[in-house]
Amino acid sequence: MVDFHPSRRELAVAGTALFGSAFVPKIASAAGTRDPRLVVIILRGALDGLAAVGPVGDPDYAALHGSLALRFDGPNAGLPLDGFFALNPGMPVFAKMYRDKQAAVLHATATNYRERSHFDGQDVLESGMPGPGFTESGWLNRAIAAIPKGERVGRLGGLAIGPATPLVLRGNAPVVGWAPEVIPSADDELARRVMDLYRHSDPMLAQVFGEGLQIDKIAARDMGADRRDKGGPGTPAGMRQAAEGAARLIAADDGPRVAALAFDGWDTHEGEGGATGRLMQLLGGLDSAFDAFKTGLGPKWADTAIIAMTEFGRTAKINGTNGTDHGTATVAFLAGGAVRGGRVIADWPGLKETQLFEKRDLMATTDVRSVVKGLLAGQFGLSPAVLGQSVFPGTMAVPPMQGLIA
Amino acid sequence: MAVFSNLGLLALNRFGYGPRGDGDTAIAASDPRGFLRAELAQPGITLLSGAGLPTTPVAVALFNKDQAERKAERDQLAQQQADDVTRAKQLVALGAVSPVFAKLAKADAEKAAALLANPPKPPQKPPAPEQIIFRDESLARLRRAIEARAGFAERLVAFWSNHFCVSANKGGIARSITGAFEREAIRPHVLGKFSDMLIAVETHPAMLYFLDNAQSIGPNSKLGLKSHKGLNENLGREIMELHTLGVGSGYTQADVTNLARIITGWSIANANGKEGEPGTFFFHADAHEPGPIELLGKFYLEDGVTQGKTALLDIARRPETAKFIAGKFARAFVSDQPPPRLVAHLAKVFHDTDGDLHAMTLALIGDDDAWKPGPGKVRTPYEFIVAANRLIGHIPDEPGQVLGPLNLMGMGLWTPPGPNGYADSIAAWASPEGMKLRLDYCSQLASKLRDPPNPNDLLEAMCGAKPSAPTREAVARAESRQQGIALLLMSPEMQWR
Repeated sequence: MVDFHPSRRELAVAGTALFGSAFVPKIASAAGTRDPRLVVIILRGALDGLAAVGPVGDPDYAALHGSLALRFDGPNAGLPLDGFFALNPGMPVFAKMYRDKQAAVLHATATNYRERSHFDGQDVLESGMPGPGFTESGWLNRAIAAIPKGERVGRLGGLAIGPATPLVLRGNAPVVGWAPEVIPSADDELARRVMDLYRHSDPMLAQVFGEGLQIDKIAARDMGADRRDKGGPGTPAGMRQAAEGAARLIAADDGPRVAALAFDGWDTHEGEGGATGRLMQLLGGLDSAFDAFKTGLGPKWADTAIIAMTEFGRTAKINGTNGTDHGTATVAFLAGGAVRGGRVIADWPGLKETQLFEKRDLMATTDVRSVVKGLLAGQFGLSPAVLGQSVFPGTMAVPPMQGLIA
Repeated sequence: MAVFSNLGLLALNRFGYGPRGDGDTAIAASDPRGFLRAELAQPGITLLSGAGLPTTPVAVALFNKDQAERKAERDQLAQQQADDVTRAKQLVALGAVSPVFAKLAKADAEKAAALLANPPKPPQKPPAPEQIIFRDESLARLRRAIEARAGFAERLVAFWSNHFCVSANKGGIARSITGAFEREAIRPHVLGKFSDMLIAVETHPAMLYFLDNAQSIGPNSKLGLKSHKGLNENLGREIMELHTLGVGSGYTQADVTNLARIITGWSIANANGKEGEPGTFFFHADAHEPGPIELLGKFYLEDGVTQGKTALLDIARRPETAKFIAGKFARAFVSDQPPPRLVAHLAKVFHDTDGDLHAMTLALIGDDDAWKPGPGKVRTPYEFIVAANRLIGHIPDEPGQVLGPLNLMGMGLWTPPGPNGYADSIAAWASPEGMKLRLDYCSQLASKLRDPPNPNDLLEAMCGAKPSAPTREAVARAESRQQGIALLLMSPEMQWR
């Protein structure tokens, strides 16, 4: 299941690093026509990785995960990924991408955070800092800031979907935001006057307001009637709509190349459902978001990588209310034409009591930060030094995972 | 960044919901602290009641009755469809022996086939009671905030309600009782004891439902041994992490699990009435984990519901709780980075008075560190919408005018995405999209005013005698009253507090 053969592209990128500093814009010089994009989806609430991608071949799985366990056969059977893992039946689109080698699953993965607070866990996941309590900037923003301004990616900044910017994208690099609208837009004249007022009295508001107006113009041009709100970020329809909006904005030639979204609702303490029910519906929303990105990006899908990740996993054993409590390792999903897919990347730790973290959670064997680093290196040519010092400070010991990008 | 030209405006903006267009800015200016204290001194200022605002058990009864009726209707419809199909089948059988029946059978079989292919939708019912209650509760809360003299008491209510938040989006009974939860568990204690609020919150059906404790069962309880069901540690964790001690304050995973054990059996009386009035707190002894349980280094002996209440009172008294609450309180009202001296002062008052929230609140407004003119905070969407409506004197007559925009701005009323409630930092709300949405909201609000006031008059209410030159000029140059009001509402003076 674990195979890391560097592709030709990686060899080429690694080759260029021999000539000069790590900050040489490798992508533009090495492959002038490539226009890579990266999308980060934060699943807030801690996704149950063992019900999303079930280790059906593990002898202890069915007993531990009980009514939430996936199976290879019977009603609501999981979608087989290989002889060992099955995907939740709510995700047929992702399964097809997987077969087409455009999607991959990371399993038994987590950040370095080992407590079980959602909010600290999300802070660590998104800030990319060694521990909780750092909420000024996120790793995706710092990655954009590390790309030379002459590059498209650095110049166009990031796109935040939803009314508030997710921490992962907060920081000094420029960020624009977009959310579906339910109030008619104010007229341009009023907007101009407010902008003028801020320019004369409030530089901070001038900055964020100006960015808000700019992205709204692109949305109005490219999206027309599809801008009406269809549901919140914790509903399948809302997830799809957010992805549709993001796809169109980052597909535009003058749009950002990097986007962050956050989907809610994964905190399934009670009545989780496994192959059916609540979790299956939420995963269906995520699945349709992948679909919306593929459709909306058109030919640009080929250069795109998406990662969907969560703050931590849930208990290996189901709790007393047909749900799961806060745990440790879980899955991350990779999708996109740029992804070298068709595989589950996992160093499977097993589910025997002695193999579980603190005898209760799936053990983390892959640092999800190495995966993120691998994507940033493969897509934007960021060097291990930049990734280990400014994007994820203090993580030189966590190398970028090789071979994620095709 | 806005700097308020007098302490009266600072009092109204930082601690209240901003000046009202017809309001008391001058009175506030003459004695800013006294102005705030006077509002808190009004009897029952934090309480809210009224027609259409049912207690929790009444709301639950309305919800249960409606659910039962809807189910009965669905069942009846299904039965009728089944009967039609059966009749058609019988006629088909008879048709095989009689040409008379054969004709009838054909017509009925077609009807039955059509019915199966396209089952009729149940008739449109009027809005469900939980929707009506939610809207009435929302409107009552909004009106109180918009009409209040300073709005300090309502800001306090909003703070504590967000601290101990539940979400109406949990489904089931949640939507029908989120308003009642705030009125019953939060409001009576906003100027009372923290420990009283804590107990009221953690035993309220809305919280027991929101964080799943109603179904949590002690593994060694009578029910646990029989049913193979067990513990759900959601509420136990959040009590320590979010409600009292704060994350990283030293408790362990074992403490989380053990607090969850201690409060097993804290449940809600169900619809059959055998456990007491449906929708009230019910201590389910058969689900309660027996025996002494260790928490934070101390053993709590088996004592029914008292075991858990004693544990909560102990947690409320710990210095970690004082520190956590004081820091959050100062951040919410004063600054994202409040002066450490102020936080230490509030923590000391909290600790010394055994969690007297009135004393801590008075300590906040009595401390000069809370009155520094800047940098303050950007208003949250809720604070902004209330402040905007106060300034122009607009009392919404239906809650959708506010609930829709709030959802859009990412701060739906009583529907936070998680049990940590909404953030209140500048970074969380001064976002590009958020500011653009405020513009759209202000434009719409101003354009709908039937008799718009003169924006120049409101300018004085908002800024006192000395508005900033750019704001004054922007308003003076507006091409219409509506545009002038929208500009006023978008001005830095309205965005900051």
